[in-house]
Amino acid sequence: MSVDLATVKRVARLARIAVSEEDAERMTGELNGILGFVEQLSEVNVDGVEPMTSVMPMEMKMRADVVTDGNKAEDIVANAPNEDRNFFLVPKVVE
Amino acid sequence: MTDLTRLTIAEARTKLAAKDITAVELTEAYIGAIEAANGALNAYVTVTPDKAREMARASDARIAAGKAGALEGIPLGIKDLFGTEGIHTQACSHILDGFKPRYESTVTQNLWNDGAVMLGKLNMDEFAMGSSNESSYYGPVINPWKAKGSNLDLVPGGSSGGSAAAVAAFLCAGATATDTGGSIRQPAAFTGTVGIKPTYGRCSRWGIVAFASSLDQAGPIARDVRDAAILLKSMASVDPKDTTSVDLPVPDYEASLGQSLKGMKIGIPKEYRVDGMPEEIETLWQQGIAWLKDAGAEIVDISLPHTKYALPAYYIVAPAEASSNLARYDGVRYGLRVDGKDIADMYEKTRAAGFGQEVKRRIMIGTYVLSAGYYDAYYLQAQKVRTLIKRDFELAFHAGVDAILTPATPSSAFGIADEDLASDPVKMYLNDIFTVTVNMAGLPGIAVPAGLDHKGLPLGLQLIGKPFEEETLFKTAHVIEQAAGKFSPAKWW
Repeated sequence: MSVDLATVKRVARLARIAVSEEDAERMTGELNGILGFVEQLSEVNVDGVEPMTSVMPMEMKMRADVVTDGNKAEDIVANAPNEDRNFFLVPKVVE
Repeated sequence: MTDLTRLTIAEARTKLAAKDITAVELTEAYIGAIEAANGALNAYVTVTPDKAREMARASDARIAAGKAGALEGIPLGIKDLFGTEGIHTQACSHILDGFKPRYESTVTQNLWNDGAVMLGKLNMDEFAMGSSNESSYYGPVINPWKAKGSNLDLVPGGSSGGSAAAVAAFLCAGATATDTGGSIRQPAAFTGTVGIKPTYGRCSRWGIVAFASSLDQAGPIARDVRDAAILLKSMASVDPKDTTSVDLPVPDYEASLGQSLKGMKIGIPKEYRVDGMPEEIETLWQQGIAWLKDAGAEIVDISLPHTKYALPAYYIVAPAEASSNLARYDGVRYGLRVDGKDIADMYEKTRAAGFGQEVKRRIMIGTYVLSAGYYDAYYLQAQKVRTLIKRDFELAFHAGVDAILTPATPSSAFGIADEDLASDPVKMYLNDIFTVTVNMAGLPGIAVPAGLDHKGLPLGLQLIGKPFEEETLFKTAHVIEQAAGKFSPAKWW
């Protein structure tokens, strides 16, 4: 499988990365190079093989359903590019 | 006066305990070395001398009070991927500009709890994506090694290039690193240092910037096998904050050094003999086999038939996980923000400006292979192949093999801005051909220096072990180290 320029632009949009026409053209070539390389996986017979979900066999750990952390609003917003009274500020999203 | 930076961790530990030297003296020696060298090598992106001095003074007080920890007064460098409270933590990316976490990663906290001293944060490929340290926002790290009779700057490997270069150039006693596809073992091999990626789940991932969560593991890069064993003992722990942290006690890895290899079976996988591999790598491998045989191990040929599919499967699984993990960088909660006409425009402009080329490439691949209509063909197929790769190893271990010996890399260190590699991302990816299988199977792997090539550059061998049998790797790597000796670059910086 290979990607065309329109697909690259669509994927960039899904990934929320602005791309120029020039970026998209360059990426089309690079992505096709990588997709060509991974293409060989299709020749592997995977009949009856389960996809890996956990690399080490382990049971999901359970913990008591209690609050272990919190009251850190100031810590959470400390690195925000724009914040006010412990809220993250973003461009207006509701008209 | 002897240069204190030349002491291994084990030697410094003895001298500190005997009060021959102080932690402050040792730390000052490293701060001086970093000041003199970092302009040339670019191994550190931030140096924290005030914090280092304060920690060293506290170490001296604890030593005086008879309360020294396992790493008391040992100055370490920390890869920029580890969250360090109040200190530069940016995964060497522009998109995390100014980020100073309000928390400490479990691995680094374990080190400080044992008395270690932080010298600063080490350069790396952006978000740990790379094999040459050239994708860093802070510029490439220069390998302290140069080819004989050449002045060409070489890469230290990646992504833990700053960690490997700093250890090799005596700019820290040891360093933390992380390994998703070879990022500890390949730079260790390129710099003549020892690097171990432990079993998935041995070190907590909590507080480490995530790349591909099912593959990422932290581990040390050190001057020798003993120092790597000392560091891993402190880094590893059982952590309730990481659900994939495995509930097993951490053994005393150092105690395994010097144990006999008699009765051990070492597997030699024929699939690691790849086309175009330099003759020198094959010779080194045969030398490694001879050393282990001399030490009493039995050598057996094995087959790991799905080896060639590990790298292509990795380049689906790792970008898929990365595209998901890196969705959090949106200009809202931390780091860089580039304003836009609306919120979607802000996201797109922030991510376009904040991520470098290689990171964008991987996010794009990941987004594509997870998108509707392609998921089964790519991602599901890759995860099935991953099951087969792991099964290959399980069958070998089931047949009685205790550890597997392979080359660590298909070549020695290459030049900065190598045109051949820059023009084709897949060629760069091939650097990890011998290391990536280990991440796909979650196994422990260690790279140990085994010799120099005709250019005088270090080459490493890799040992792969059973899950949570890092002790076997340490004792076997120690035998190789005893036979091969240790390697240091001639100082030019």
